[in-house]
Amino acid sequence: MIAALLVPTATWYLVLSAILFGIGTFGVLVRRNPLVMFMCIELMLNAVNLSFVTLARELNDINGQTIVFFVMVVAAAEVVVGLGIIVAIMRNRSSVTADDLIELNG
Amino acid sequence: MEFFVFGCAALMILVGAVGVITRSHPVHAALSLVLTLFGVAVLFVAQDAHFLAAVQVIVYAGAIVVLFLFVIMLLGVDRVENLRTEPLTAQRPLAVIVSLGLIGILVAAFTTGSGALHERGEGIIVPDLSTGTDANTTQLAESIFSDYVVAFEVTSVLLVVAVVGTVLLSRRIKSVEVETSK
Repeated sequence: MIAALLVPTATWYLVLSAILFGIGTFGVLVRRNPLVMFMCIELMLNAVNLSFVTLARELNDINGQTIVFFVMVVAAAEVVVGLGIIVAIMRNRSSVTADDLIELNG
Repeated sequence: MEFFVFGCAALMILVGAVGVITRSHPVHAALSLVLTLFGVAVLFVAQDAHFLAAVQVIVYAGAIVVLFLFVIMLLGVDRVENLRTEPLTAQRPLAVIVSLGLIGILVAAFTTGSGALHERGEGIIVPDLSTGTDANTTQLAESIFSDYVVAFEVTSVLLVVAVVGTVLLSRRIKSVEVETSK
């Protein structure tokens, strides 16, 4: 009975990915360093990837793993462009917080 | 056994994720992110997604985190951020409410909707370690290069656009450089 309860089911994995997604959301909302905000977006992407792989196994469908592959490629491109933008904005600036971008306000 | 693996990996993931959002030093946050990414890779292996686990370690824990650390060093922002200040009133309580509500909604959906999951698709080949062939990689490659070959080609365009765009963004224009150096 106990041994049967201790086998991780798909729900366990999905709940874990939900918690990871929530932590990432909290980080994006609270942190002010744009680099750390980017890391929190990576956390959210990983949560979604984890749920994709879990559902691929649960539904016995390889397409769930295929889409994780594409998500990873797009995430890599997104990080490259995002960090390029951050470097371009913050190059001539000493402090780096997202609040400093308010001076873009005309 | 699977319970043990899941427990360890979940602990790694959650400790790393909490580290990312609570460490005030960006380098420490990036290293916590590595812990989370490795935990996710462990769970990929536990669910027979061997190729994705390898890509997770190489691309995420390798390339992306190194890129983060590189930018942190390049910008010289590797100093401690003051986490005590709260620039917007009631931002943090609202963020707690939003993220806990999101977790609650997702968990409710997963627990109530898990009965609706039923097998479809042609099945995932579980790799047989005794034969030495990697069935997961083969099956994934067949899926990518047959069903999704157009998306795969578009991905190459996306990567070229990203690289060219980043080079354009980070290039210093000569005249602007002269003006700023005065």
